[in-house]
Amino acid sequence: MREVYMDYSATTPVKAEVMAEMLPYFTMKFGNPSSLYGPGFEARDGVEAARHNVAHLIGAADKEVYFTSCGTEADDWALKGVAELKKAKGKHIITTKIEHHAILHTCEYLEKQGYEVTYLGVDAEGQISLEELENAIRPDTILVSIMFANNEMGAILPIKEAAAIAHKHDVLFHTDAVQALSNVPIDVKDLDVDLMSISGHKIYAPKGIGALYIRKGLVLPNLLHGGAQESKRRAGTENVTGIIGFGKAAQMAEENLDYHIKHITELRDYFIENVQKRISNVRVNGGMEHRLPGNVNMIFDFIEGEALLGYLDMQGIYISTGSACSSGSFAPSHVLAAMGLPPEKIYSSLRFSIGDFTTKADLDYVVDCLERTVQTLRSFSPFNEEHPMFGTTQVHK
Amino acid sequence: MAMYNDKVMEHFMHPHNAGDMENPSAVGEFGSPVCGDLMQIYLKIEDGIIVDAKFRTFGCGSAIASSSVATDMVKGKTLEEALALTNQNFVDELGGLPGPKLHCSMLSEQAIKRAIYNYAQEHGLELEGLKGYDPTVEDIDHGCEEE
Repeated sequence: MREVYMDYSATTPVKAEVMAEMLPYFTMKFGNPSSLYGPGFEARDGVEAARHNVAHLIGAADKEVYFTSCGTEADDWALKGVAELKKAKGKHIITTKIEHHAILHTCEYLEKQGYEVTYLGVDAEGQISLEELENAIRPDTILVSIMFANNEMGAILPIKEAAAIAHKHDVLFHTDAVQALSNVPIDVKDLDVDLMSISGHKIYAPKGIGALYIRKGLVLPNLLHGGAQESKRRAGTENVTGIIGFGKAAQMAEENLDYHIKHITELRDYFIENVQKRISNVRVNGGMEHRLPGNVNMIFDFIEGEALLGYLDMQGIYISTGSACSSGSFAPSHVLAAMGLPPEKIYSSLRFSIGDFTTKADLDYVVDCLERTVQTLRSFSPFNEEHPMFGTTQVHK
Repeated sequence: MAMYNDKVMEHFMHPHNAGDMENPSAVGEFGSPVCGDLMQIYLKIEDGIIVDAKFRTFGCGSAIASSSVATDMVKGKTLEEALALTNQNFVDELGGLPGPKLHCSMLSEQAIKRAIYNYAQEHGLELEGLKGYDPTVEDIDHGCEEE
């Protein structure tokens, strides 16, 4: 059976070049970077070279990149760290309703600790209002955390402008750039952000490695206490192989950035065009102007997304309903809800994400399967153009 | 797919009795797209026996698979026998559903009940299995709770 992976926003395969770079560090160069002898120095050199590549990709100085176990850890550290650091100034945090759960659930935790959180809404395109952001800032606001690009519907948010507003009011600014990394040009100095979370497995490095950019001069309390790793800021023996992989993937991402963005955008638009040509009653969620190159989030009217996902799975096509982390929770996507989509449209929405190994032939195959499958599921759906869902069926009728 | 067993997958991918019925004797509907699932059931009833059943379902794999087995199982049954079927019967017939998906089988049980209730109302039938049943009362957890 042909297989087409279209869930690159959930995770990516490790590229062969990345794997090749990592392999010696499992066996030959297995030393502990903290050890004071040859193999230790060898591992240390590898880690620092990788740090340089990751830093270079985002325009940071090497010492401003702190490796973590994942993007979630970086988000956790940024939020809890600033909360602790600035609690004397105040306990108010501003974020958005469309953040990843790594941010939202950490905010919920902080709320239980006595912090207050303002959640900015978004419009139908998934964009925040900068005016609303500025109005939300108070004297006791200590942090603004706004994601760079949304994982579900791909909106790229105005981070530079948002950071400028935060700084105008002397408030720290963090962005979760896990989805943006390698898909959007990023320069932390130009953006003027204080903190930025990134992750390896979204850019063809392995799972289990992420990083937090911390602007020079900002001293966050440690999330993990222990040894002197990561400039004594994040203890624990380094995930050397993961770091090596992240470094190689970052280097490749930087070299390929322009081509990647152009190529993936073309594939995305080709896919959307063909789906809409072949299947009726399909709409794209979110705006097209400020959108991740590989993100397609679509409503297939009259059918339930998880059923469509299951049928496609059986045909070797792997996609997602909303974000991977909320699949299985069965709650309708908080992101699409924030954009004003009614629940029945959210249940009919699916996310396809395109990446470096996607081909036009793959997309043609997916469109063929989609057309057939949507037709099958609609053939026994209680809803159709004469009997649309919205407004016709009451709850518990 | 690891989420469902082979039997559920078979009924999900190749559902029995899916689609329209001409001149059904009874129609029942339960659920809401707002909650993520809705089932309509159509019954052909002759001499108090369900001789045919069809369904239309908006929902996930377990909702579709439950609809498939439920419509299979009511065929040949009297109205009282059909009313005695519970979602557990459908789950058993499917060889089990994942825990969070159990509620999906409730759709079928309730849609059948509503269809027969509608039929009984129309024909002035008093059925033992409908005693105390009031479709306007919301006492059924059919899975629309928040996470």
